[in-house]
Amino acid sequence: MRSPLRPLTRRGLLTGTLGSAALLATAGTLAGCGTKGAQQTEAGCKSDDLSATEKKLAFSNWPQYMDVDEKDESKRPSLDAFIAKSGIQVTYTEDVNDNNEFFGKVQNQLAGCQATGRDIMVLTDWMAARMIRLGWIQKLDKSKMPNVEANLLPSLRNRSFDPDSQLAIPWQSGLAGLAYNGKVTKEIRTVDELLTKPELKGKVTALSEMRDTMGLLLQSNGHDPANFTAAQFDDALAKLKKAVDSKQIRKFTGNDYAPDLAKGDIAACIGWSGDVIQLGFEDEKIKFVVPESGVMLWSDNMLVPNKASHKANAEELMNYYYDPVVAAKLAAYVNYICPVKGAQAEMEKIDPDLASNPLIFPDEPMLSKSKVFMALDEKQEKEYETKFQQVIGA
Amino acid sequence: MTALAHVPTGSGQSASPPAPRRGRHRLLPYLLLLPGAAWLLIFFAVPLVQLAAASLYDPSGSVTTGYAMTGAVGNYPAALQEYWPQLVRSFVYTGIALVLALLMGYPLAYGIAQKAGRWKNLLLVSVVAPMFTSFLVRTLAWKTILSDNGWLVGLLRDVHLLGPDGRLLATAGAVVLGLTYNFLPFLVLPLYASLERLDPRMLEAASDLYASPLRAFQKVTLPLSMPGLVAGTLLFFIPASGDYINAELLGTPRDNMIGNVIDSAFLVKLNYPQGAALSFLLMAAILAVVFVYLRKAGTEEVL
Repeated sequence: MRSPLRPLTRRGLLTGTLGSAALLATAGTLAGCGTKGAQQTEAGCKSDDLSATEKKLAFSNWPQYMDVDEKDESKRPSLDAFIAKSGIQVTYTEDVNDNNEFFGKVQNQLAGCQATGRDIMVLTDWMAARMIRLGWIQKLDKSKMPNVEANLLPSLRNRSFDPDSQLAIPWQSGLAGLAYNGKVTKEIRTVDELLTKPELKGKVTALSEMRDTMGLLLQSNGHDPANFTAAQFDDALAKLKKAVDSKQIRKFTGNDYAPDLAKGDIAACIGWSGDVIQLGFEDEKIKFVVPESGVMLWSDNMLVPNKASHKANAEELMNYYYDPVVAAKLAAYVNYICPVKGAQAEMEKIDPDLASNPLIFPDEPMLSKSKVFMALDEKQEKEYETKFQQVIGA
Repeated sequence: MTALAHVPTGSGQSASPPAPRRGRHRLLPYLLLLPGAAWLLIFFAVPLVQLAAASLYDPSGSVTTGYAMTGAVGNYPAALQEYWPQLVRSFVYTGIALVLALLMGYPLAYGIAQKAGRWKNLLLVSVVAPMFTSFLVRTLAWKTILSDNGWLVGLLRDVHLLGPDGRLLATAGAVVLGLTYNFLPFLVLPLYASLERLDPRMLEAASDLYASPLRAFQKVTLPLSMPGLVAGTLLFFIPASGDYINAELLGTPRDNMIGNVIDSAFLVKLNYPQGAALSFLLMAAILAVVFVYLRKAGTEEVL
């Protein structure tokens, strides 16, 4: 008699596995007609603007990138004022934690010309460049954004990936440079010190964002990150690899270096200006350093993706945040570089200390030391990123 | 309803239920299977086929141009050649973690099942309780505990177990510790389930027959707990060898496991054929290890 419940036997498992493997291989080959390209064109993927009838806007941003009320953290004064003034209901979501991860999240929709449910998303230069290259971003109407036209900093206009400044509008900019905790180590002044000083061994982190880490290393070798050759990149990468192999560098991080730097688990690192300034408010021994060889300048940009149906509302919001009064309020909270001309004068009224801080309102000497990483095409991007990933262990 | 049909109504000749009802009765198990089968098909089988196809795409494709299906079997040796150290490392770390987890988990499961008395439920809950918080939060907690300026490192330095510059965080040891901790409950619970069924009188009988405690364990307890041991080992080993969170948070770039490489292939490098090929290599390696293990463990029944 057959028992009603046959246990799974080793033989059964083996047969099952081999059977499914065979099935899988066949199905895979049969189904395997490849994938279509993700490229979209303006004519091929048209988006309708419903702003006239729908007073709505979905805004995806990075965490801690919007001013909040000191007493009630659920209130966002500058955004609430916009909602009251315009009557546009803004759904604000902090769901951008990492450019690559976010790309993975929206990739399938945008590649297939479908709505992502977002009207504005904020992404870093190179990711903005990639999405623009893929034809995923809607052109903005400059005539609806007079403040942007008037107040966008000249150094952030006509960038190579957006020559007419009508696709990507900077939300905030920032610097990638060195940072150290004065309680644990003496002052660090150069990239070479960070990568070789024996007393820092195992107490150093660098950013997993290739352009920031490699940009600083290229500069420390006397090369220009805005215009370098493959050989120069390899030189800088060899320097980084030496620091990884000698165990000088402990980790490659995103924003998560900040708490470790504050605790003193890491003594010095490559980090972002806004984070370090915020840490500096709580502990004055934590300092941001602009190395003599130069720093990296980057921006996070507001983009309107294809099929976002509230483009005019998005333009109204962008225009609002380029009002110097509003921009100063925002900058006083986030402490990154404010891309709005005239905000410095407004900041004098809020906090004169911040207004004179060259890391928030960069002066000429600071700007002359800062470089933007070269625009890469898809092939270069893959090649450089693959090499970089190998050195950082993946 | 169907059950009622079998109940004799007592009114003369209501013997067998009508034929169509019987048919439905037979179909019922299959209907009950349907949700689970559909779930498996949509969320497991279809993506797996897609992944298998992706692993054979032309590696020179890109997101912009798309990938052509060329049956590029060469993706596999290429991926293996480049990333075998991480693959080997994954199994070494997981193997060490498994041994540690067994050393801790077996006595724990035995204690709860046989010796805990009225504390049994409380102890069981405390094994499961950490699982109520997220995996990520638990791993981040270890970051705080192992912190260079934390009390633990301070203590170890004071008793000279660690040099003045020694550290716990960002070491291979921390990654193994994280794996051990995070997957321990998966080992303990099945072990507990089979040890709980162990009849203590068997052990009494063994000692009546002059078996030493060690011998009784060898000849009675261990064989009887084998199904739980095998199931627990598999539940520990399979997810742990593909894990990337522990290496990411507690390790250095030199401690990265294969999960980290796959993560970066899909999200950063956008090299889908490589990521897919590595995923299948990991699956194949795990299956191979599991088969060898099951052979050695000598159990015919897996679950």
